[in-house]
Amino acid sequence: MTESTTAGRWSERLLGANGWLLYLFLYVPIFVLIVFSFNDNQRVAVWTEFSFRWYGEMLDNDAVLRALRNTLIVAAVATTISTILGTVAALSMERYRFRGQRSADGLLYLPIIIPDVTMAVMMLLFFAQAINIASHVVRLNFGLGTISLAHIAFNIAYVAVVVRARLALMEPQLEEAAADLYASKWQAFRRVTLPLIMPGVAGGALLALTLSLDDVVVTSFVSGPGSTTLPVYVFGLVRRGVTPLINAVSVVMLVASIVLVGISLGLQRRSGKTSPLIE
Amino acid sequence: MATEVATVELEERAKRAESRRGVLIGAPAFLYLILFFALPLLIVLVYSFASRSSTGATILGNWNLNSWIRVFDSQVAQIAWRSLWLASLTTVFCLVFGYPFAYWIATRSDRARGVLLILVMIPFWSNFLVRTYAIRFLMGVEGPVSIVSQALGGEPIRILFTNTAILIGMVYGYIPFMILPLYAALERMDWRLVEAARDLYAPGWTAFKKVTFPLSMPGVVAGSVLVFIPSLGAYVIPAILGGSNTVLLGDYIVSQFLSARNWPFGSALSTAVMIVMLAATIFYFRRGGRTL
Repeated sequence: MTESTTAGRWSERLLGANGWLLYLFLYVPIFVLIVFSFNDNQRVAVWTEFSFRWYGEMLDNDAVLRALRNTLIVAAVATTISTILGTVAALSMERYRFRGQRSADGLLYLPIIIPDVTMAVMMLLFFAQAINIASHVVRLNFGLGTISLAHIAFNIAYVAVVVRARLALMEPQLEEAAADLYASKWQAFRRVTLPLIMPGVAGGALLALTLSLDDVVVTSFVSGPGSTTLPVYVFGLVRRGVTPLINAVSVVMLVASIVLVGISLGLQRRSGKTSPLIE
Repeated sequence: MATEVATVELEERAKRAESRRGVLIGAPAFLYLILFFALPLLIVLVYSFASRSSTGATILGNWNLNSWIRVFDSQVAQIAWRSLWLASLTTVFCLVFGYPFAYWIATRSDRARGVLLILVMIPFWSNFLVRTYAIRFLMGVEGPVSIVSQALGGEPIRILFTNTAILIGMVYGYIPFMILPLYAALERMDWRLVEAARDLYAPGWTAFKKVTFPLSMPGVVAGSVLVFIPSLGAYVIPAILGGSNTVLLGDYIVSQFLSARNWPFGSALSTAVMIVMLAATIFYFRRGGRTL
């Protein structure tokens, strides 16, 4: 792509300028936030001196800690279950042919397509109705249970997409070879298929975990008293204004998500394939 | 199986058993989605035909089309128009800056490409709420941008709580969704075709217009849909960066449930938004023809 003309050199320069400016646009807000989270001043944007004060206050704040605990519980439950369900859905869609498969395809893709506000509305009405009906037998309420069930509902689709992409890369002949060597269906799955699709399963699980840790809209619709998660709690605070405490909490959330990216990139490097998400 | 005589009937039976096994393996996931996704979808649809009591309770009965008639009301049209306009602007800005960006990455050396791509992936995976908050923090009247501007003798920046702020926030939030499919399309492209065009004396710009751009079209369509859909339904970004008097579709729907307590109308609205999204996605599958 080497250009010797003046026009070529100029377009090359413009491309580079656009590239670096876009990186600045993406990273400056994040860096400024990180720097100011170590600012001692009560007034957010006036720099006084470096301190861990707000991180200390965060650790003393019961509401933040409770929200963090709720977030981790929901994320653990939702990630585990949605990874299993998403993987079996991917296997059944990629490895078998059955009637009604196209409808199943629609059912699997729809949760990705619809906006989260719509998903939130669906979950609210469904659980309100379900709790109402169940009230004749047991008293249920909105809480960590409803949040987890809702998170699983939108996560399955994402896990299935990632695992399916991985399965599509794998040659089905490998399973046939295992069968020819008298491996049972289960042995072939356990010893051949599963290890090969493991990077996809892990990638799907990380995506589910990230989505679960990030979700604000759906969670705020189906959470009950005392079951606020960290993003919902922070969202509530942010709407009222900027505080140094939010800066500190935000940086912790940011670092957590960057660590997750690191893990996912590491997994991809080991498996030698780019994430199907880039595709 | 190998010792059996492969008659047509046996083969048919094996096929049926195989198909049954496929359904059985996926069953837990499909049942879950039927119960916790398809059924809720149906409930929303049913609610959109329900009526509302004067206290704001939803009456399941006395079915009518009132909520659906209200969806086509001029107030809603205005909100929908504003949301469509902002979502379109967001998509255009993401494309205008994202395309040269993806092109630039795709034409670097293998080594540089890896690093540059990771630098896009990090914001893509970072917590969305926090990234929006970072913009809010930066643009506030007492925020760092404003202070720098005042220190340089300028005016304090009053951009927060305007549509411009929402637009900046949405471009900031969604541009990675545009860059990644564009990059994938450009990277997969056969660059020898561009060289061939150059060998046939096509100037750089003509080669781009006639070869590169058409070949990257699937990426353009995929990226545009991936940006347009969340922008149209955006709730968090307008809530944090927008003013209290700029109502967009996302907050309008939410307010029907949390403050106005008009569930039938909110259900009709959210169904309508979903139909528009589905139409956009079907368009994408027809044009781009690729999965996510």
